[in-house]
Formats: sequence, C-alpha cells, structure tokens
Amino acid sequence: MLFARSLDRFGNYCMFLWRTFGIPEKWREFFKRYLDEMSKLGIDSVPLIIIVSLFIGSLCTILIKLNISNPLLPRYAVGSTTREIILLEFSSSILCLILSGKIGSNIASEIGTMRVTEQIDALDIMGINSANFLIMPKIAGLVTIMPFLVIICMATSLFGGYLICVLTAIVSTETYIYGIQTMFNEWYVWYALIKSLFFAFIISSISAYYGYTVQGGSTDVGKASTNAVVMSNIMILLVDVILTKLMLQ
Amino acid sequence: MIEVKHVEKSFDEDGGRRQVLYDINAKFYDGKTNLIIGQSGSGKTVLVKNIVGLFKPDVGQILYDGRDITVMDTKQLKALRNEIGMLFQGSALFDSETVMGNVIFPLKMFSKMSSEEQRERAQFCIDRVNLTGSENKFPSELSGGMQKRAAIARAIALNPRYLFCDEPNSGLDPKTSIVIDELLSDITHEYGITTIINTHDMNSVMGIGENIVFINKGRVGWVGNKDQIYNVDNEDLNNFVYATDLFRDVRKYRRDHGYTPTHILE
Repeated sequence: MLFARSLDRFGNYCMFLWRTFGIPEKWREFFKRYLDEMSKLGIDSVPLIIIVSLFIGSLCTILIKLNISNPLLPRYAVGSTTREIILLEFSSSILCLILSGKIGSNIASEIGTMRVTEQIDALDIMGINSANFLIMPKIAGLVTIMPFLVIICMATSLFGGYLICVLTAIVSTETYIYGIQTMFNEWYVWYALIKSLFFAFIISSISAYYGYTVQGGSTDVGKASTNAVVMSNIMILLVDVILTKLMLQ
Repeated sequence: MIEVKHVEKSFDEDGGRRQVLYDINAKFYDGKTNLIIGQSGSGKTVLVKNIVGLFKPDVGQILYDGRDITVMDTKQLKALRNEIGMLFQGSALFDSETVMGNVIFPLKMFSKMSSEEQRERAQFCIDRVNLTGSENKFPSELSGGMQKRAAIARAIALNPRYLFCDEPNSGLDPKTSIVIDELLSDITHEYGITTIINTHDMNSVMGIGENIVFINKGRVGWVGNKDQIYNVDNEDLNNFVYATDLFRDVRKYRRDHGYTPTHILE
C-alpha cells in the first residue's frame, strides 16, 4: 500500500515536472521572474549562509584541533582537514539541508497559498500554464544561484576557521593557511558545485510540487511545507550518497 | 451562448466514487446575466468548474458557441481561455501585485498592445469598476468589495466573450453586494458578454436573474427567470428561495401588488 502510494506520488511528480518544463509563454516575463527568484531565493539567503558558515568553519577547526592532537600528525592537518570537511560535505550537502528549511518552506508555502486562494486556478483559466509560469523560474533561478552560494559558503567557512585561529591561537594562522593550501585537490571544489546543482533542483522542484498539489486550507499549506522540507532532506541525503559513490570512487 | 448537454461528473472517494452531477442540461445566453443557484453542496461550483474546463466531465458536452470544450486539444483550449474571464469567490488577486499589476497582467501575457496601450486599457478597466485612485494599492490594502471590483477589472481586461463569477457576493455586506451585482449586470449588457454567476444570494436572484438555472442535489431542478420565480410550483426551489421571512414577504407583496418591492430588497 505504502509502495503503491509512493509510486503514485512519484508518477504525479514526474507529470508535474513535464508540465513545468515547457517553453515560457513570454520570455520577457520569464526572465523578469527568473531574476526575481534568484534574488529572493539566493541573494536573500546570503546573510544566513555567512552566519552559519562562519560558525561551522570555526567549530570544525576547534573540534579537529581537539581530536587530532597527536605528535605524529603535523599541526597543519587542522587546516587541511577543515578544508576537506568544508569542501566535501558542508559547503554543498549540509548547506543545502539548511537551505531546504528556508527556501523549501518558502516555495511550498508560497505556491500552496496561491493554490488554496485560487490564484493558480486564475492563471489556468487565463490559459497560462501555471506550473511553467510559477515554478520554472524558481527551479532555474535556484539552480543558477546555488553554485555561487556554495562558493560563498566555502570561503566564509574557511575564513571562520582562520578567525578562530586569530582569536584563540589554537593553531597559528600561518599553519592554518598552510594547511588549507597543502595537498589541495581542485576536483573537490567541482564535486561540491556539481552536487549543489542536483540539490538545488531537488529543493525547488519537490517543494514546488508539494505546494502545487495542496488541497484544503491554511493548515494543509503548513503540512505541505513541512512535508516538502522533510522529503527534500531525505532526497538530498540519498542523492548525496549516490553522487559521492559515483564521483569520488 | 454556452450549452451544457448531458453532463455528469463523479469523484473518487474512499472506497468508491461519489456522483456530483447527473445529466445536466442548460443554456446560458449572450448579453444576459445567467445565474446558477442552489444550496451549498448541490454541485454548482463543480458545474462551473466543468464549464470552464478546470474539471473534465465524465460524460456530456459543453459547447461554447458550438465549440465543445471537452474534446479540445491544448492549443484550442488555450485559445478559448483567452475569451474567458473569471471572478473567483475569494477574488484570487495576485498578492504580490498592485491593482494595476493585477489588471495589466493578462494584457502583458496575451495582448499585442504596446506598454502604453496596456496601461491605458488597464486604467480604463479600473475606472470602469470605480477603483480610480487605488491603482497602486496591494490586495491586502483593499476591502472585500474593492477586491471583487479589482478582480472584475482583471477579468474584463481582455474583452472576454464569456464571464464566470463564482459566488461574487460571498463575504460582502448587502449594499456592496448590490453594487457588485449592478456592475456585473451593466458590464454584461454593455459588452454583450455571456455571464454565468454561481450564487446562493437571493438579492442577486431577485435583482439580476435574467436566466436562472436551479441545481438541486446534482440535477437541474428548475430553469426560468427572476419574474417567473415568484410563481413557481417547485417545492425544492421554494424551500431554497423563500427560506427567509423577508423573501416570503417579497413574494406576497409581488403577488398582491404585481411588482417587486425593490425598496425592501435594498
């Protein structure tokens, strides 16, 4: 029963995507909305990303210093291990898990409210493909802006680590900087950026789907918003495992 | 003219299907205010959603001047929808847009007008519904009646041939309801639109019901107009229309004096 329901939901999701990805009614209107969504979903998330990244970068540095205090390990290992954690997991997967809470609930509740207040029906009655008009700019906007958010996250996290070195002197700043430069593998940056594209698609499309298919009233919009975040998180983790296996092994 | 022929509609429900509409036949005329009336849950909204193509009927035809919406492909449906305006129960104005933004929206999407012409047309529609001065207000800053008027302005922006109104008076005070009814009636006659109003507001029935279709338990219970409704021998319709003392008094007055006491209704 659960399997049948999941399959049914997946089928509906695929049909929803089929409706979403079409040629826009008016390109001009699409680009206007695309830029708006990039600003709303991406630029507006930058303060949150900076705050979270600074703290996580600092925490990583402190915890690594505490846990790898071994005379056999070089001191610069603090910097290089922090870098690997930031590049491999935090800047893409963990950041997207955090953003799915902010962006995912925003998309699901916005679209869900439009559904229950008949604004989507109004678009359909006008002869506009509402899924294409409302959701394609969101997906395209978030997929475009996400790699930039990941780069900001990487830079800010590493700066957070540097800051904690300056403030607490757990490792000298020279050693930390040497650590984050040593044995640097450029592919890890590409790996994080590629993963972020998949995650951006997952967050925007799943949240939009849950919002678009809301039935009922404001309570149902709230439920859809929660379900959207939960499902986005599960899918992000699942895809993370698959992509890590495919791209790093 | 819109013709509904033998339309039936049912929905999936836990453990089976629930039939909502049974063999509906009705005609809605050009240049007239056509009312679909009935109790809550009688199937009025489902019927309207079938007519505008938001639902697909299980069987039957819905003809827009001979064009059957139930067999149209996406392209034909899209072309037809450019001829349709709709006023929703909750107005369905776009929250993020001003009144001007809402009214100009269909023009931006579908007209070949220049930006200036679009703005002129939108302003004309806003003026027509007496919302001059509210162009830059957001829906949340408007009263219920003003929201309805803004929604009417948006619905008529593209000069529709068919106008649908779902419970246009719900949530409005009687005076504002009359203003909305008169506006809809004026626009219908002015532009010769086929207007279909889904309502259970008896003031509307008595005031602007030029062609009334009464839906009862998913079936057409009666068809007539506001003058005929005073002398109907249909128990279900009478129970619905004359449920209050006020309307029973109106009917008595009408029968005694030969005309409707509009001063009582107003």
